Amino acid sequence: MSGPSIIIVGASLAGLRTAEAIVALRPDARVTLVGAESHPPYNRPPLSKEAIQALADGSAPPDAVFEKLLLRSRLNPEDVNLRLGRAVTGVESDGVRLSDGSLVRGEWIIAATGLRPRRLPIPGMESVRHVLRSFDDAQGLAAELQPGKRLLIVGAGFIGCEIAATARKLGLSVTLVDPTPQPMLKALGARVAAAMAQLHRANGVHLILGRFVESFTDGSAILDDGQRIETDLVVEAMGSRPNTEWLSGTGADLEDGVLVDGRMVAAGTENLLAVGDVARFPNPIFDTVPRRVEHWSIPGVTAKRAAESIAALTDGKEPDAAFAPMPSFWSDQYGMRLQAFGAPTLAETQTVIEGDLSRVGTEPVIVEYARDDRIVGIVGLGANPASLAKHRSRIADASTPFAAV
Amino acid sequence: MKIDVDLTICLLHGQCVIAAPEVFSFADDGSLVWVTDPDEGLRADAEAAADACPEQAIIIS
Repeated sequence: MSGPSIIIVGASLAGLRTAEAIVALRPDARVTLVGAESHPPYNRPPLSKEAIQALADGSAPPDAVFEKLLLRSRLNPEDVNLRLGRAVTGVESDGVRLSDGSLVRGEWIIAATGLRPRRLPIPGMESVRHVLRSFDDAQGLAAELQPGKRLLIVGAGFIGCEIAATARKLGLSVTLVDPTPQPMLKALGARVAAAMAQLHRANGVHLILGRFVESFTDGSAILDDGQRIETDLVVEAMGSRPNTEWLSGTGADLEDGVLVDGRMVAAGTENLLAVGDVARFPNPIFDTVPRRVEHWSIPGVTAKRAAESIAALTDGKEPDAAFAPMPSFWSDQYGMRLQAFGAPTLAETQTVIEGDLSRVGTEPVIVEYARDDRIVGIVGLGANPASLAKHRSRIADASTPFAAV
Repeated sequence: MKIDVDLTICLLHGQCVIAAPEVFSFADDGSLVWVTDPDEGLRADAEAAADACPEQAIIIS
């Protein structure tokens, strides 16, 4: 009897790791990995940092930059049928339809299609407006990042802030605009976000908060208060939208990504799973609310989970144990590492347990995040990894009573 | 099984310490230490650590 046939849609970190995990668990599986980009699977976080800097300052040729991004894999070429440069347009009764018109047949579909950047829904200055999600985006943007140019970044989330830091290093004049009162506010909470705002200002970023871009005219963005920002270049970094349109009609809940259970199986379906940035899953470390989590660690753990689920389900079993991955994310800005564990975004209170927030960027700081007297997150700013690791274990400890409920 | 970490690209994210605590840990000064020749039974953990490394700095042979 031949093994299950599995189509993984999306050939980035989540798709690649899913393929590896399936091949490891079910060597008899027939796996097809479909990717819209023509590049083999590569690592995205450096795009806003080292990669774009090297592309912009010419310290390495594009091929060498890409080579460093390329994800190493344990797969052998014969393990997986790799179909790159083709998007999936829809799901049909016996498989998925690709943009070249061909049909890939399979019993299981795994959605690993990730996200695409949100765009400003206003016209003007189109030729100098960029986003950053792919290597091709990075090459296009890097070609414009010349010293002395004026760069306007719309959106002060992690990507916007990282691009700001990289562009300052490259000698551009940077304005960062966001409608919220502080950069990275949702992820870090008010106190740490305010300290990060200070760090950006100290590094020469013109930070305009509580404002949004209302229109573009020749060479300027006009903000909602009438302020005119003259600029040579615009980056739109206002977050992302899940790529799930191709799943319409499958019965899956596509409200925000793909709603899945702890097995990564999409609610309302039997043979559709989702992994990585598009998966909206509950995490018993925190509560029962399903959430999408756009952290680098999530593709790896959801991929492994999805593969375990398929291996179990094809044997007529259920995957054992709860799925409760510890989220973690990081950011590098102005040579300072921000490292977070847990879900600081869920916290009601923030307590500085080491250092002083007014010294962020010069001294190590560790902040503890709590909700209902339970520790839900730890954030280190330039902190010693050993102290952070010690504090991190307290999140899991704190979660035990809830997870046991 | 041999484990090598390319410390020229390691940025101390510490994901390996989470994935394979019996193989990787931090010294008090914050530097990464690891078992260079762990038992074969730790291979799955070590591979998970290599996968979890954002810099792909862990080499298992």
